Amino acid sequence: MNAEEKTLDVANETFVPEVVAFCCRHCAYSAADLAGGGRISYSPSIKIVELPCTGRASALEILHALEKGADGVAVAGCLPGTCHYIRGNTQAKHRVTHVRKLLKTIGLEEERARMINISAAMGAQFVAEFTNFVETIKTLGPSPLSGETGITRTGSQP
Amino acid sequence: MIVAEQKPLNEIKAMLEGCNKVLAVGCGTCVAVCFAGGRQEVGLLSASLRMSTDIDGAAVDIDETIVQRQCEKEYNAPLEAELEQYDAILSLGCGVGVQSLAQQFPGKRILPALNTKFMGYPAEHGIWEDRCQGCGNCVLHLTGGVCPVSRCPKSLFNGPCGGSQGGICEVDQETECAWNVICENQLRLGLFDEMMEIHPAKDWSSARDGGHRRIVREDVRIPDEEKA
Repeated sequence: MNAEEKTLDVANETFVPEVVAFCCRHCAYSAADLAGGGRISYSPSIKIVELPCTGRASALEILHALEKGADGVAVAGCLPGTCHYIRGNTQAKHRVTHVRKLLKTIGLEEERARMINISAAMGAQFVAEFTNFVETIKTLGPSPLSGETGITRTGSQP
Repeated sequence: MIVAEQKPLNEIKAMLEGCNKVLAVGCGTCVAVCFAGGRQEVGLLSASLRMSTDIDGAAVDIDETIVQRQCEKEYNAPLEAELEQYDAILSLGCGVGVQSLAQQFPGKRILPALNTKFMGYPAEHGIWEDRCQGCGNCVLHLTGGVCPVSRCPKSLFNGPCGGSQGGICEVDQETECAWNVICENQLRLGLFDEMMEIHPAKDWSSARDGGHRRIVREDVRIPDEEKA
């Protein structure tokens, strides 16, 4: 689906954003599992990419996700001070801040990139945080980048 | 190392006006170490430009590559075979790298993506400080290992000036007075007496003031008849 079609979808209130979630396996990824185990449903917009630590997410990967057409990118890491690799989540936060600055110069809304801190025990909070993020992206509307390559725009979770 | 930083994106976009396909070329040496023109930065800038020009409705196709040392023609030579398809080369090298490409590929527009700042020292991760201006006549043996040319905003040779307060430079509250550091170093080294010697006005002809500089080393030159 290209940007124009997505805009039409917004008008029809059927816009389902594509949100890439880079999730640390020690916290956010486990929290997503916990939410699933607890049968708490969350938005089909969220496409989770499991990482060993959010410190693995480079600014380039975050930007590439947006370049390839994601409407939003979240990096979800451990709570401050609890990173298994000491400061991976702090580095990730700096990178997200850097990408947000880049987005402004590029001409995209900085709100399309977000850092989320969460623990493995916070399944319900995972859903709440990502529901909030998806709502923010819905408010912003589709990314003007068509996303001709990379992400498949199905509008529903497989 | 040579320290550089990226130009503002809009400035680079303006340079690309009229181009449809561009090759962004990074450098794997100094500017990679100072996070201005290495592989990651080439990727970030290229993606930013592709996204921004796409949003503007005039998408520019930008390919990415990196050479190990853009200031030396041997490393750039493999680029030549690919250049025909590009309207311009966007160099993420230092000023030397940009000029090296321009000299080597005279038929191609070479655009600078970086501003080359100084020869610097990484004071800490993410902070670089000016340490050498290449004045061509080093005096660090007289100044406790601290360069008054690059670290004193006035490049004084008989400092400190009256603006030095509590070891801080009057020009910038975050800058140590270079001459205060020189005095402390010389004291620590037991060489403070040397500070009583008045240095005559520096001969700047060895610096850029003397015109375009060139070094010729006959002992390492390759004779013309042996050149390929």
